[in-house]
Amino acid sequence: MTESTYRIAGATGDWEVVIGLEVHAQVTSNAKLFSGAATAFGAEPNTQVSLVDAAMPGMLPVPNAECIRQAVRTGMAIDAQINKWSRFDRKNYFYADLPQGYQISQLYHPLVGEGALAIEADEKAGIAEEKTIGIERIHVEQDAGKLMHDQHPTRSYVDLNRSGVALMEIVSRPDMRSPAEAGAYLRKLRAILRYVGSCDGNMEEGSMRADVNVSVRKPGDEFGTRTETKNVNSVRFVMQAIEYEAQRQVDVLEGGGRIVQETRLFNPDTGTTRSMRSKEDAHDYRYFPDPDLLPLELDDAFLEECRASLPELPDAKRARYEGAGVTSYNAAVLTAEVETARWFDALLDAGAKPQQASNWVSSELFGALNRLGKDITESPVSPAHAAELLGLVADGTISGTISKQVFEIMLETGDAPGKIVEEKGLKQTSDTGAIDAAIAKILADNADKVEQYKGGKEALFGFFVGQTMKAMQGKANPQIVNELLKKALG
Amino acid sequence: MTQLTDLTVAEIRDGFRAGDFSAREVATAFNANVAAAKALNAFIVDTPDHALAAADQADKDRTAGTLKPLSGVPIGMKDLFCTNGVQTTAASHMLEGFTPTYESTVSQKLWDAGAGMLGKLNLDQFAMGSSNETSYFGNVISPWRRNDGGNAPLAPGGSSGGSSAAIAARLCPAATGTDTGGSIRQPAAFTGISGIKPTYGRCSRWGIIAFASSLDQAGPMARTVKDCAIMLENMAGFDAKDSTSLDLAVPQWEAGLSPDLKGKKVGIPREYRVEGLDADVARVWDEGIAWLKDAGAEIVEVSLPHSKYALPAYYIIAPAEASSNLARYDGVRYGLRDLPDGANLQDMYAATRAAGFGPEVKRRIIIGTYVLSAGFYDAYYTQAQKVRTLIARDFAKAFESCDVILAPTAPSAAFALGDKTADPLSMYLNDVFAVPASLAGLPAMSVPGGLSKDGLPLGLQIIGPAFDEQAVLNAGLALEQRAGFTARPEQWW
Repeated sequence: MTESTYRIAGATGDWEVVIGLEVHAQVTSNAKLFSGAATAFGAEPNTQVSLVDAAMPGMLPVPNAECIRQAVRTGMAIDAQINKWSRFDRKNYFYADLPQGYQISQLYHPLVGEGALAIEADEKAGIAEEKTIGIERIHVEQDAGKLMHDQHPTRSYVDLNRSGVALMEIVSRPDMRSPAEAGAYLRKLRAILRYVGSCDGNMEEGSMRADVNVSVRKPGDEFGTRTETKNVNSVRFVMQAIEYEAQRQVDVLEGGGRIVQETRLFNPDTGTTRSMRSKEDAHDYRYFPDPDLLPLELDDAFLEECRASLPELPDAKRARYEGAGVTSYNAAVLTAEVETARWFDALLDAGAKPQQASNWVSSELFGALNRLGKDITESPVSPAHAAELLGLVADGTISGTISKQVFEIMLETGDAPGKIVEEKGLKQTSDTGAIDAAIAKILADNADKVEQYKGGKEALFGFFVGQTMKAMQGKANPQIVNELLKKALG
Repeated sequence: MTQLTDLTVAEIRDGFRAGDFSAREVATAFNANVAAAKALNAFIVDTPDHALAAADQADKDRTAGTLKPLSGVPIGMKDLFCTNGVQTTAASHMLEGFTPTYESTVSQKLWDAGAGMLGKLNLDQFAMGSSNETSYFGNVISPWRRNDGGNAPLAPGGSSGGSSAAIAARLCPAATGTDTGGSIRQPAAFTGISGIKPTYGRCSRWGIIAFASSLDQAGPMARTVKDCAIMLENMAGFDAKDSTSLDLAVPQWEAGLSPDLKGKKVGIPREYRVEGLDADVARVWDEGIAWLKDAGAEIVEVSLPHSKYALPAYYIIAPAEASSNLARYDGVRYGLRDLPDGANLQDMYAATRAAGFGPEVKRRIIIGTYVLSAGFYDAYYTQAQKVRTLIARDFAKAFESCDVILAPTAPSAAFALGDKTADPLSMYLNDVFAVPASLAGLPAMSVPGGLSKDGLPLGLQIIGPAFDEQAVLNAGLALEQRAGFTARPEQWW
């Protein structure tokens, strides 16, 4: 593996950036981790709250099997060790958005152990070749509620809708060396979560957010002291936070200062980070095993079900597409988002040929969707109709040129391509008589060019093809036009 | 005619079924006793209407032929159980005025079985105490007095001191208790009644205000072993809302009662016969041994070598869990809120918790916070958990050579109120015989064994293997039949 060449140029030489990410991903589940309360986003404040979430006296947590299942499936998707025995711990601290006065988490015995994911080479982003990023662990824990400071001049309000919602904390190794690598890691992780269906990956709604650990060092040195920038909620912001924070650290160190281990906050408006609290006033969380909960023990049947329910994951899907003749670039594009991959698979299932289909999707379909401002789940053309369209081209019923016209009509009307071709009379003709007649007229009208062609200016062949197609209103079979033209031009 | 309030649970149930009296007569009689016993301070809230409503329903059910297991029986409810629509305080200022909108699983089971509620019983604040003196609502006074002619008010034990005093004074035939480190057994011993802490997980903890989750266990208190069996059958059972609940069928303990101990072995733990053991306690223990021998049991000596570490381990684990369990009382959502002028969130926490918790609760929160702190965790909490494992192993080994263990319940008879409040350690020592079974999660009960030279009740404790409440109850029954304990406090209140 070649190391990243991303460097920050300082007065004392080049600096290398070391990055680790702790991603909090909200588990897709209808109910919270321990309470059975609903988890709808955007509901009225305090309407998704059970007695357990509000930490009423005498209330007890009961683990939600679906949340555990999703975390296990996620672990399997990153080839991680699944711990058949894990345990919940309490992380104790006081805050108004934390009704119990502790968060139920997993410090000592997480559900998922060591795993890894691969980020693809990306020349433009300075990632020379595929790189494996280690994942230390995934544990499940409760989310906190939300404080609202804008409802009253002197008081804060508390919304407990999120209180108790299940999160996966996915902790990477400090294996990333550039903002681009961190961005690629986040995008890949998000893609996997969405393939697995364990998190919707919606960063704007807060379903996925990252704590960004950054340190700098001279290449080859030991790790430097790191800072942790909390709760950054987009890929772009994560990259910005790293850039800013790494530069800040270099400036501090080169100015003769020292980096203090601390928690920092990212300001998306300015792209900067600022200190939130230093290690000295860090909480003593007094972790200990939650006595309300028994250790979590998973049996083989449960694990087998989790494994069997995993979909084909991005890397495997990509390899399959490439194996079927799809270019490496197209395969990467088609597998980056689960919805795109699903759409493309449906297209293949409907009989489209992978190579032709992949070219068509990445040029025609993406172009049209882009123009219409729609994403693939909103495509006016279904995979079945698209497959039919590609089939009409493949079997010579219509030409490539005509297919673009048909596609435009499909986008507008949603009609099946066969019907459009029929109604508009767009079928390609292989009627040699008609083509020959058209050719004879064109050659007669352009005697000078025929002379030139025969004199060796073979590039004019394209001109004759174009004229013939034009005369045939684009409906002539290009292969036959070619053959007949060659014959006529002798 | 016998007064209705002198009847046991079984006698009330059977007499009511036989048509000897109505449920309303029973409830009315107990309501009157409750109302007349304010001097004992056993109840925080009286609920005569609840008792009457349940009684009227029982009378209807009797006519309709749809009787339930506890139809006609009114009981007392320790004020640690959340009761829907009835103030639930854990005897704290923090929860004064707190009215749950939900019913604890155990109390719901009792109401479903036809029982009625006479009131919410006083206790040590958040169940932390051995004398009932930590209650925010004033201490319960034991109905018992020494035979020395003095009228020194005595402790009813704790934390279920309201329950023990009320039963001994015939304010209710039975009550719920909870036992974290002896809170059912010690007060039962102090007041001459019976009480059983079942195996950890038998009774759901859902809706019981938590003290130390890994130790807390509900159980019944009553005047007879049979009554305890009847009550426990209607309190126990798997509850999906409590992850630590035992997924086992509830045995028919009442039907299984047998005082015949032929073929059974009773273990006497060598380490419990400590130097300086109170002479009365030692005498009653020896009598207990003789009674069980008389019931057909073989007496064997057993060893519980780690017993001496039980109390220190308990006073690390229980406060550690409590310090976390009580964090939710922060003034934000319910209960007391003390918001001084200009206070921020931290100030509100500090003011609320300073005002809402009593000194003993604060002491345990501080101990618990300390033992969980970075740098101390391994030395205290981890070490205490290891001790706990060793203690459980001691019992498991002992039960290879015996069926139940017989020991004293408490190291002395009831002490005077105020005697031990200045010295928390001497108070904690009261739990020395009770705590090991709690740490091991084992069923254990106290039955009256006799009187001290001061005329005060002394309890005998039977500890059984996990899930074998029947063995405990049977040995308790054998003791009860031979002890012939008929003493009762003279009514002075």
